[in-house]
Amino acid sequence: MIKFKNTIGLATLFILGIGLFACNNNKKLPIYGQREAKITKDAEGNEKVDTVYQTIPNFKFLNQDSTYITQDTFKGKIYVADFFFTSCTTICPTMHRHLKSVYEQFKDNPEVMFLSHTIDFKYDKPSVLFKYAKNLGVDTKKWQFVYGPKEEIYNLAEKSYLTVVGEDKTAPDGYMHQGWLVLIDKEKKMRGAYDGTKEEQVELLKKDMATLLAEEK
Amino acid sequence: MRKLILLSIFSITICCIIISCQNAQEVEQAKYRSGGKDLYLKYCQNCHSANGEGLGELYPSLTDSVFMKENKAQLACIIKNGLTKPIVIDGKRYEGKMPGFQKLENIDVAKIIVYITNSFGHQQGMYKFEQVAKDLENCK
Repeated sequence: MIKFKNTIGLATLFILGIGLFACNNNKKLPIYGQREAKITKDAEGNEKVDTVYQTIPNFKFLNQDSTYITQDTFKGKIYVADFFFTSCTTICPTMHRHLKSVYEQFKDNPEVMFLSHTIDFKYDKPSVLFKYAKNLGVDTKKWQFVYGPKEEIYNLAEKSYLTVVGEDKTAPDGYMHQGWLVLIDKEKKMRGAYDGTKEEQVELLKKDMATLLAEEK
Repeated sequence: MRKLILLSIFSITICCIIISCQNAQEVEQAKYRSGGKDLYLKYCQNCHSANGEGLGELYPSLTDSVFMKENKAQLACIIKNGLTKPIVIDGKRYEGKMPGFQKLENIDVAKIIVYITNSFGHQQGMYKFEQVAKDLENCK
């Protein structure tokens, strides 16, 4: 009798396990940012409600090779974006050490890219970014570093990537910023934000990237 | 027989004194090291990383035993004054600037030095805070 009970218990566990596994497989990441309802009418006059999600607007910035890049560079890719500056001695080294481990894991995946924006519009010219990327030891085809006018970069950070950046004379290096690693999907929607200074958050980012890639297949 | 007993008590006492002295030294080093660990986390770890590996060719590693031994007398200078000249460690050339930490007290510099020279595979023993002032006079 005891044996029989055990078998039932095991079987229940097994079925539950399969159930959980299946749930995980169907997991979708949330969509961040503001959304609007858009009402359209089809040919027969029936009203249809579509949700319009916030997306990253088009941009045009100089990269580490002094060439302009736009969203076309990220067409058909998911990417991780962040804001940093090369002379930062506070959170950036940790953020980029962590992001480099993400880069190492996905560097052979053609659907994944990385985009780092500098917020030091005075010093971080493309040549400085080029050197930084080389010393960091990453392939800039996969991981782009961009420089742009203060207004455009700061606006994009706060309104689109929901990351606070700014000049701050009281900060150790003259700038303050948040260390978010922001995950963007192929439709330019924001799907996650991870604290780049925390190892467990970065591990979650890696997992979520795999989920997003599976979702978009 | 009495002599023998006296002699053995005497030698045991001496042994005890030596052992406890050694322990006191070890305890002091352990105190320095644990204080140094907190300071390292606050001032150094962002760039040099928790396991002393640095990052690419941006920030040098602290794992090269030969470098750490040969430059031990310069470590106080580097921590306090920073570094502007290019430096070669483990065959890699680093051209970035390291900021100096002028506001650190000598005792804190000594704690950091004990931590970094007794971690990441190094075992270079004690470095007292009195040594910091001496080393700072001979900065290159």
